[in-house]
Amino acid sequence: MEKISYAFTDGFTIAKRNVIKIKRVPEILVAVLITPLMFVLLFGYVFGSSIDIPGGSYREFLVGGIFAMTLMFGAHFTGAGLANDMQKGIIDRFRSLPMSRSAVVFGKTASDMIYNVLSLIIMVLAGLIVGWRIHNGIGSALLGFGLLLLFAYAISWIMAYVGLLVPSPEVVNNASFMVIFPLTFIANTFVPAGNLATPLRVFAEWNPVSAVTQAARELFGNIPLGTPEPTVWPLQNPVLYTLVWVVLIIAIFAPLAVRRYTRAAAKT
Amino acid sequence: MKLSTESLTRSAGTDIIEAHGLVKKYGDVIALNGLDLTVPEGTILGLLGPNGAGKTTAVNILTTLLEPDSGTAIVAGADVAASPGEVRKRIGLSGQYAAVDEHLTGFENLDMIGRLYHLGKKRSMARARELLERFDLADAGDRPAKTYSGGMRRRLDLAGALVAEPPVLFLDEPTAGLDPRSRTELWAMIRDLVKRGSTLLLTTQYMEEADQLADDIVVIDHGREIAHGTADELKTMVGGERIEVSLHSEASMEDAQRVLARFSMDGLYVEGRSVTAPISGGAQTLTEALRALDFEGVKLRDVGLRRPTLDDVFLSLTGHMAEQGSKETSGSEQSETMEEAR
Ligand SMILES: Nc1ncnc2c1ncn2[C@@H]1O[C@H](COP(=O)(O)OP(=O)(O)OP(=O)(O)O)[C@@H](O)[C@H]1O
Ligand SMILES: [Mg+2]
Repeated sequence: MEKISYAFTDGFTIAKRNVIKIKRVPEILVAVLITPLMFVLLFGYVFGSSIDIPGGSYREFLVGGIFAMTLMFGAHFTGAGLANDMQKGIIDRFRSLPMSRSAVVFGKTASDMIYNVLSLIIMVLAGLIVGWRIHNGIGSALLGFGLLLLFAYAISWIMAYVGLLVPSPEVVNNASFMVIFPLTFIANTFVPAGNLATPLRVFAEWNPVSAVTQAARELFGNIPLGTPEPTVWPLQNPVLYTLVWVVLIIAIFAPLAVRRYTRAAAKT
Repeated sequence: MKLSTESLTRSAGTDIIEAHGLVKKYGDVIALNGLDLTVPEGTILGLLGPNGAGKTTAVNILTTLLEPDSGTAIVAGADVAASPGEVRKRIGLSGQYAAVDEHLTGFENLDMIGRLYHLGKKRSMARARELLERFDLADAGDRPAKTYSGGMRRRLDLAGALVAEPPVLFLDEPTAGLDPRSRTELWAMIRDLVKRGSTLLLTTQYMEEADQLADDIVVIDHGREIAHGTADELKTMVGGERIEVSLHSEASMEDAQRVLARFSMDGLYVEGRSVTAPISGGAQTLTEALRALDFEGVKLRDVGLRRPTLDDVFLSLTGHMAEQGSKETSGSEQSETMEEAR
């Protein structure tokens, strides 16, 4: 009982530390806010006006994909932050304290949600500027935002594990790029999955990034009229399929990350 | 190699740190190779050794950061392997590299540590202010730690180890990278801690630091104890003090050697135009020797009373001194060597 309440209070203490950091290092905040803004404006204007899809606006179609992609890339802050703490010996200091063993990783993933929420708000505003609109009502759109954030939270657990595994923040950046880049591109983020060559198409259809994007588009009402119905289960049930992945990822990577934290020896 | 039983009799109180047969391997590297340590309550143990000797590895095992491959350790009554959580409640650690959060202020760093020790909001804040005051950081306490100098960071890190007033403290090279003044200040702070009843294990590469602070010194190399005793015992072991003179001209070399041989405890060591003689009696003997040299008209370029360094301890303990011993000869043989050298 004491253990569980410590997990919360210690996690809160760690989260508070990370929030102070967000305030003190405005450079990170600027990066967090500028990148999504650029993504939406650039992709929206450059691709959005050069590709036509019958029955709808490609730009509106694209925005859901950019939301998913940007939030995925944002997860590397979690990994880089933990790798940095490890390198500086701060994780060792925490590990020598009688605090909850799960607090550091839980506090970190929780406080990094602030980045995701801010970046999503910026992207929504930028999206509205480039002509993206919500067509299914605000309630359903909020569900879409919630699902995107939940998915980003799950991905940040993968990155938390990676951050504790590798020797430096730079390696986290490279590793996250290698994983997240293919995952976000071999998906329906930029083009409908049906247009891809067969092996890529199968990957894209079962890729959870496609599902979360599909779910967001449906909830925002951004699927162009006349788009053929998806033929595979994940894209027919994108919300459920996304939730399954969220649960699966957290169930696997949260214990892995905590275990890694308890074993981690400083790499100096 | 136990030099005397003095350290054992002194430990009539309880042993707060007790480690037996600690072994830790990293692949082919044997970081610790069967290390035993005991630290009686209220004393300072100095763990002395060169780079890579295994000091940090030992500290990491005793502070539950690392599991040994074999061996046992009890710290403040709790077993490091069986109940690491209990150990953590009773220890404070200041690691080799100051682990302060640069973006937090000094106050925030200490307050956070207090909360993670579960002292509660009120006590954490009060302790943080108190320690900032004590470690001369009160003025800088509300500035982010990244604006601190190396010495300030070190002090903040040390303060972090004291937040919960733990009975046992581990300080891994606490004065590495500090200027002489900060070092002396930190020594005073560390002595003060033990006066308040803490038990302390500190690692260092400097004989002088162990000399200044430690009640008992364990010298390690390649993960093994190579000597154990008080600072004085270790120094006696490597031959105590020596006079080192260097001359203006070789003409008076023979006179100098003849004079110094009278004061020497054990032969002379001659190299170029300098003569070294192991002595006892410190400054008094030095004065007498200088008077005698002056009387013989020997002109000196430099003179000093040299105390044994960690190098000397090492050389003597690892047997390298034996090789040099061939040069340590009496006056007459020495002149032969000199002639050969020419
Ligand atoms: N994580 C690790 N992986 C591989 N080898 C390691 C690791 N940590 C320590 N070692 C090796 O173990 C040995 C002991 O290292 P340790 O850090 O304990 O030495 P130390 O006495 O603290 O040295 P220093 O004075 O340089 O801090 C060294 O040879 C080191 O290279
Ligand atoms: Mg070390």
